[in-house]
Amino acid sequence: MDINATLFGQAITFGIFIWFTMKFVWPPIVQAMQDRERTIADGLEAAKQGQKQLEQAQVEVHAELSKARHKATEIVEMAQKRGDEVIKEAQVKAVDEGQRLLAAAQARMEQEIEAARQTLRAEVVSMAMASAEKLLQTSMDDAKHRELLDRVVGEL
Amino acid sequence: MSSAETMTSTDYIVHHLGNWAVGDGFWTFHVDTLAVSFILGLGFCFFFRLAARKATADTPGKLQSFVEVMVKFVDDQVKDTFHGQTKFLGPLALTIFMWVFLMNFMDLIPVDLIPRIMGLFGVEYFRAVPTTDVNLTLGMAMTVLGLIIFYNFKGKGGVGFLKDVCSHPFGMKLMPVNIALRLVEDLAKPISLSMRLFGNLYAGELIFILIAALLPWYFQWPLGAVWAIFHILVITLQAFIFMMLSIVYISMAYESH
Repeated sequence: MDINATLFGQAITFGIFIWFTMKFVWPPIVQAMQDRERTIADGLEAAKQGQKQLEQAQVEVHAELSKARHKATEIVEMAQKRGDEVIKEAQVKAVDEGQRLLAAAQARMEQEIEAARQTLRAEVVSMAMASAEKLLQTSMDDAKHRELLDRVVGEL
Repeated sequence: MSSAETMTSTDYIVHHLGNWAVGDGFWTFHVDTLAVSFILGLGFCFFFRLAARKATADTPGKLQSFVEVMVKFVDDQVKDTFHGQTKFLGPLALTIFMWVFLMNFMDLIPVDLIPRIMGLFGVEYFRAVPTTDVNLTLGMAMTVLGLIIFYNFKGKGGVGFLKDVCSHPFGMKLMPVNIALRLVEDLAKPISLSMRLFGNLYAGELIFILIAALLPWYFQWPLGAVWAIFHILVITLQAFIFMMLSIVYISMAYESH
């Protein structure tokens, strides 16, 4: 264990290494670590903020949705009401139309019946005349008989 | 050990504990200690600087991650112990820890390997583990002592420091005793610091040498392995202790008693 000048050499070397570390190694590493710490902290903060915003947005969406649903229900109700009204109007209209058509048809039928009756009547008269003429084989007073027969037919 | 037949175990051990010395008397330089420690320190500086230059706040690479772990570890120790602003103690502690660890690590390289290789170049004595040289540990401890004195001044000011030396622990009336005690106290710090590291590593290296010198070759291997595994703990622990005590001493100097 001999103590000698190696001591000084060693102390100087030690000093140089300390200086080097202090100057060129320590600051950049510590800086990088601090920067990363800040970045991570910022990121976490941003994530938290985002979470909060998301929650708020969800609440808003919910409110908006329920409002829309409400409105939709209202619209559907209104549409139903309107539809009912339309149907009712149409029914009324249809009933009116039907009655009108029915009345027209009846009127025409009566007309036709009347016409048929007229024709029938005329034909009956001539047929009766013809048959009576054949029956009697005599010429009768055409005007007198016709008048008689018309009266008979008129009673039909 | 081809030359083991021609030399006794004692010769072998003594040879292994010899330094590559240049110079005379006090002005002797242990070239092996200086060179190995310098190369290791350079390696430390190189790799840490490499990581520091490309240091990024984004995802770090493997080297940067390792360096950051070391820096964080050392920084936490410093912040736990030293209460004050300092840009110096962290780098100091990091340098001590990494450098001492690397120098201690040389202990795990087979005892014959580096001396043999150097022997090929005509170097007769070569001690590969710088921390087994008391000059190195004492040199570092002296630097730490210088820092202790510096931080005494920085923390208390010149007058405060003088007052502290003269009046503690027995008050102004026993000033000479106080000064004598303080002298012992402050000198004991670097001596205990350096002797602890030197003693542990010297003993560890000696055990490796003894295993290599005294045991038959088939028994060297398991015993060497066991001791090496145990030594992984020792070298880390010794590096940590040297670092920790340096911080503690300087913190004590900075704060008043």
